[in-house]
Amino acid sequence: MTIRKMLLASVAVACAAMPVSVFADTADKKIALSNNYAGNSWRQAMLTSWEKVTGEAVKTGVVAAADAFTTAENQATEQAAQIQNMILQGYDAIVINAASPTALNGAVKEACDAGVTVVSFDGIVTEPCAWRIAVDFKEMGRSQVEYLAGKLPDGGNLLEIRGLAGVFVDDEISAGIHAGVEEYPKFKIAGSVHGDWAQDVAQKAVAGILPSLPAIVGVVTQGGDGYGAAQAIAATDRDMPIIVMGNREDELKWWKEQKDANSYETMSVSIAPGVSTLAFWVAQQILDGKDVSKDLVVPFLRIDQDNLEENLANTQAGGVANVEYSQEDAIQVIEAAN
Amino acid sequence: MKLGLTSDAMRLVIPALSMTVLLAAVFWLQPRAMSYFGLNLLLNLAVPIALATIAQMLVMAVNDLDLSIGAFVSFVACVTATFLRDAPLVGTLILAGAVGIYALIGVVIYLRNLPSIVVTLGMSFVWAGLAVLMLPAPGGQAPDWVRWLMTVKPPLMPMAIVASIVIAIVAHLIVMRSSLGVLIRGVGGNQRSVERAGWSIIAARAAAYGLAGVFAVAAGIALVGLTTSADANIALRYTLLSIAGVILGGGEFTGGRVSPIGAVIGALTLTLAGSFLSFLRISPDWQIGAQGAILIIVLALRLVFNRVEKRRAQP
Repeated sequence: MTIRKMLLASVAVACAAMPVSVFADTADKKIALSNNYAGNSWRQAMLTSWEKVTGEAVKTGVVAAADAFTTAENQATEQAAQIQNMILQGYDAIVINAASPTALNGAVKEACDAGVTVVSFDGIVTEPCAWRIAVDFKEMGRSQVEYLAGKLPDGGNLLEIRGLAGVFVDDEISAGIHAGVEEYPKFKIAGSVHGDWAQDVAQKAVAGILPSLPAIVGVVTQGGDGYGAAQAIAATDRDMPIIVMGNREDELKWWKEQKDANSYETMSVSIAPGVSTLAFWVAQQILDGKDVSKDLVVPFLRIDQDNLEENLANTQAGGVANVEYSQEDAIQVIEAAN
Repeated sequence: MKLGLTSDAMRLVIPALSMTVLLAAVFWLQPRAMSYFGLNLLLNLAVPIALATIAQMLVMAVNDLDLSIGAFVSFVACVTATFLRDAPLVGTLILAGAVGIYALIGVVIYLRNLPSIVVTLGMSFVWAGLAVLMLPAPGGQAPDWVRWLMTVKPPLMPMAIVASIVIAIVAHLIVMRSSLGVLIRGVGGNQRSVERAGWSIIAARAAAYGLAGVFAVAAGIALVGLTTSADANIALRYTLLSIAGVILGGGEFTGGRVSPIGAVIGALTLTLAGSFLSFLRISPDWQIGAQGAILIIVLALRLVFNRVEKRRAQP
């Protein structure tokens, strides 16, 4: 009898926690993940998060299936064929991380016409019938300058490390940083280099530009480049500026070492690979009949001085700090957009 | 020839057989594919691949290899999604000019006795660069008539199958039935004897490359019709797919031995192989390997078949 009581209690708790009961409506729905690439730590973490969260959801009967498919060659035509195959396989919703924002539109349209819900995230698609969970890269850049403004009331010169030239994400983050500098005119971007989101490239680029720069009070980055910048600056006799980090494990580890040694302070910001799980819950909510705005914005994952240790402990060696989203998170994001 | 088949028909047996087996396997795994709607979804992306395969086949008919075809199709896709929609005249001129350049490359390769692989590899960077210039960020929109053409729903058979049949027939008439086709294959078979017979090798090669350009342009337009908009990297995969398609369809790297109908079947087979593996739920780490395994199995079958054929030919 105690078991039954416990079950009843847990059901009651579950019902209380969820504002609307969702189990009945999507229990027979199948969701597929169409992913274009799995060749780096971020994507691997993304797939692991998907497996973990959706595995649980399938087990508890929220959805009937949540299968992940990755194309072998990271090519748009291949992914388009993959999406068309998913329509044939009878999935009710397809969650996409797209190889191209436009080249999948035909396949996405086919899916919509067949009554399949399409949710794209990270690599989003422009087809209007699909939902988009985009990252506000501009805000990610702007918030770095805002943080620095709080830390450095006197302002000063900043060094900007950009990503891979010609990529949309690089332009967006950089635009955000420049908007931030306009907002806080006490800062000035004294120099800017391309670090290609890689520590070794960033280190070389920063070492190259440093001799020509005045004193630097802060380094604004795009992620994957903070550790390299720190190495390059440590090799000179300059004071260590505030380097904004990008949630990579090596960056967090370096930050922790500095924090312990000389109470170095900074912050770290990037996109959590677990955004795939947010897309999953959004798809589930749409299937559940919720009214969801077509364009949603994913919150980015920010690490501050006080939760550094906790995040570092949860990050795999060579990986990226991650967070997995729950159904409540998705509902919050949806409500924020409405 | 005890079976009473010509050697051309023999060449088609293995490709047709492998396609039938794969199609049966796909139907068995996914009965939903066995419908008008399902077949179209399964095969519509094979249409641009089939066109690119025919283009590759024309180049291979003169013993060359075109490594620029993927980049060229991407370039055409970018032109189609921008100029061909907004300024049809300019777009047509650009595409005609591109076909002209293709013919010119064929001539240059012959006159300077250059390896086609190197020249076309170089051209692939040129096309890729032009595509990025034309469409720096993914976008553009397919012209309405192209979109209509690729989504039309003919009676009886879905567009993908009608288009495949039309492509096969047109290519067959050009390559196997016209005198130009005989000349092109002759250049691949024995260039010197064609030359001694008084034909212009330059004209034949220019025609082969020019025709390849025309089919590649068709591939790019068809692709944009399916995707609705373009991306400078949209068709990079087509270079290797088209070569594999020609070989799968019974063509050979040398000797002017090609089969247009086989090439279309080869392209369909490659597409089906992808779907088959995806329906099987093979992990992506193994998928490229599995795709390779299918290719090797089909080619091994062909070698066995060739040997049987040879033995029969001997008294």
